[in-house]
Amino acid sequence: MDLSLSPSEREFRDEVRTWLEENHPGPEPDGGLEEVMAFRTEWQRKLHEAGWAGISWPKEYGGRGATLIEQAIFVGEAARQEAPSPANVLGLAMGGPVVIAHGTDEQKQRYLEPILTAEEIWCQGFSEPESGSDLASLKTKAVKDGDEWVVTGQKVWTTFAQYAKWCMLVARTDPDAPKHKGLTYFLMDMEQPGVEAKPLVQITGEGEFNEVFIDEARIPDANVVGGVGNGWSVAITTLMNERAGLAFGAISQISNSLKRLGELAAETRVKGGTAAEDPVLRQRIAQLHIEAETMRLNAYRGLTKTMQSGIPGPEGSLGKWQWADLNQAIAELALDIEGAYAPLDRGAEHAVANGAWQYGFLRSRANSIEGGTTDILKNIIAERVLGLPRLR
Amino acid sequence: MYFDLTDEQQAIKATARDFLAARYTSARIRELAESEHGFEQSDWEEMAELGWPGLALPEAWGGQGLGIVDLAVLFEEMGYALAPSPLFSTTVAGLALAANGRDEQRERWLRPLAAGAARGTVAVFDAGTPASIGDFEMEAKADGDGVVLDGEKVLVMDAATADFFLVATADGRRHLVERDAEGLSVSAEKSIDPTRRLYSVRFDGVRVEREATLDGTQPDYLPVLWRACVAIAAESTGIAQRTMEMAVEYAKDRQQFDRPIGAYQAVSHRCAQMLLETENARSAVYGAAWAADAEPESLPLAASMAKAYASDAGWRVPDASIQVHGGIGFTWEHDLHFFLKRGKANAAGFGDSRWHRERVADLVLAGAEAPAPA
Repeated sequence: MDLSLSPSEREFRDEVRTWLEENHPGPEPDGGLEEVMAFRTEWQRKLHEAGWAGISWPKEYGGRGATLIEQAIFVGEAARQEAPSPANVLGLAMGGPVVIAHGTDEQKQRYLEPILTAEEIWCQGFSEPESGSDLASLKTKAVKDGDEWVVTGQKVWTTFAQYAKWCMLVARTDPDAPKHKGLTYFLMDMEQPGVEAKPLVQITGEGEFNEVFIDEARIPDANVVGGVGNGWSVAITTLMNERAGLAFGAISQISNSLKRLGELAAETRVKGGTAAEDPVLRQRIAQLHIEAETMRLNAYRGLTKTMQSGIPGPEGSLGKWQWADLNQAIAELALDIEGAYAPLDRGAEHAVANGAWQYGFLRSRANSIEGGTTDILKNIIAERVLGLPRLR
Repeated sequence: MYFDLTDEQQAIKATARDFLAARYTSARIRELAESEHGFEQSDWEEMAELGWPGLALPEAWGGQGLGIVDLAVLFEEMGYALAPSPLFSTTVAGLALAANGRDEQRERWLRPLAAGAARGTVAVFDAGTPASIGDFEMEAKADGDGVVLDGEKVLVMDAATADFFLVATADGRRHLVERDAEGLSVSAEKSIDPTRRLYSVRFDGVRVEREATLDGTQPDYLPVLWRACVAIAAESTGIAQRTMEMAVEYAKDRQQFDRPIGAYQAVSHRCAQMLLETENARSAVYGAAWAADAEPESLPLAASMAKAYASDAGWRVPDASIQVHGGIGFTWEHDLHFFLKRGKANAAGFGDSRWHRERVADLVLAGAEAPAPA
């Protein structure tokens, strides 16, 4: 057991730290989404030029071929310094890895480079209004027509659909096959008449997500990834990739939030002193620090296990569950510390921290829904880690 | 970065698992729970042959010279097996002597302890006080070149079978008093946990010679406390692991409404929660154990985090397991209650979770860094 970084890992960490300190452009602009996307595109170009954009991708495809621990260090350090997200986050974390794992040589040639440079933004077309946790029940259909597929249906929660060139689309190509078997994974061009993205306004008032309406959109046969009928297993790989990459960024983000929570407590007056001196609030602050530490250590234990076995295990679900709980609990405690001031939102004259915690409180409601709901994660843990029987 | 047990540590775990499973069957634990001292000397001698009393003590004094990670591995198994044994109390006394004893004291008491030929225990809390760490009231009254002790210590583990006590006084010092000292008397206290015995110890003018007072005051014993916390937190982790396994096994077997109850999410999600708490406790324990061995500056924070978390998990997980079992889990006949009781008693000892959370708040609000990797 050795929980410290090896000399070479430390050297890598220092390299990452220095590069980020010298290059990251500071906080995102306080404007609309358009402005934010332009800022993130510029940032991704910089990352790519220095070889950080496709950090987990093999070198032959323009990536860095970094080890798992190096990826963890990079993601953790970037989050620690609050570097912005790259513009094409879904292309980098999911699209590229899927094309690398399941794509043809032509597809690799065509798609990978523009993902890295953020020339082409990717989005993910999995969920549908009637297929959320039960993803395999999705109904969007694709019908073969010569060497093309004609697609009709509706997708939802599609992040960045309004900026995306390519959609990782899972559609039903065989309505008669069992539900997991009749699916195919396509790369759909978003810039065509049959595709329309409409932003969905969420409880924070922002529009990160979209609904995507697809009406007889056309996809050439060459854009099938992993073969007709294999959509489910191809999609599962992307979900695994999504989860594995997030953990170490989430850890740094939680650690930054806890630091701010401590500052908030120290600055907030309560009867008889500050919130940081209040014995009840101190207990709650401490408990969140303890849980954050267990989440961090679990992630390192999981990383060691993944390095030994080569594949991330279902235990990763524990980390996502715990992150959601923790991120919500931190914002909840912050609002409790603010006390009577808790309703004052961004822009209000007497808002605490210009409403940052109000935003955090609202935005974090989605943490136990997005990327696998906590309820479904508990099912996965019960069935695949503990071996309990399925209800179905 | 490598967060897993080494092959040697896996071997310690496997040996302990087999040894303890063979000895501490349900029937045997019940028999020992009703016996006078709660354990049997023959078991102790076998543990001594395995080198367990001196596992984490220096080789110079006959110990095995292994680390706190190894000690955590052993105590996780002690908890998993619910082993009734004075091994924990003796280990704590051994760590204290190793940390703050003078060489002649180590020669006289630590060497036999490491070999399993003598047992020790710590007697720190005074009767009638809040039993809070560091706040000791018994005075060390000067008497010639030694001291005299008067008063009553409570919550002393395994006192009836310990050969010596390390007695804390208001000045933060520790005095080594043998059980047969004049003026000392031991009486059993009934604990909810019959697998670990608690006693009160009366001191009526007990004289301590100068050579029996250890060096150091309260701050010098904190590193011992943190290590003891890691060991008992490891034990609670083993309790959580075992009772989670019992719940999962039962949920697979037990049929109601024509299905195994584990197919119902009310039950399966409870089991998932048990896994989360068990794995969190384990990570916190081994993180702190590693800090004890490799990065002692991070130990105070890491140990308090581990003890706070495992204190809670160590009784909540057995409790959840009782709920999964339903009525049968509430019977004396089922073993679960022994685990719940040991877990709850462990939670109370060596600083409860509230005390440790307050320590954590102190350290994190002052800006302490968590241990590596940073």
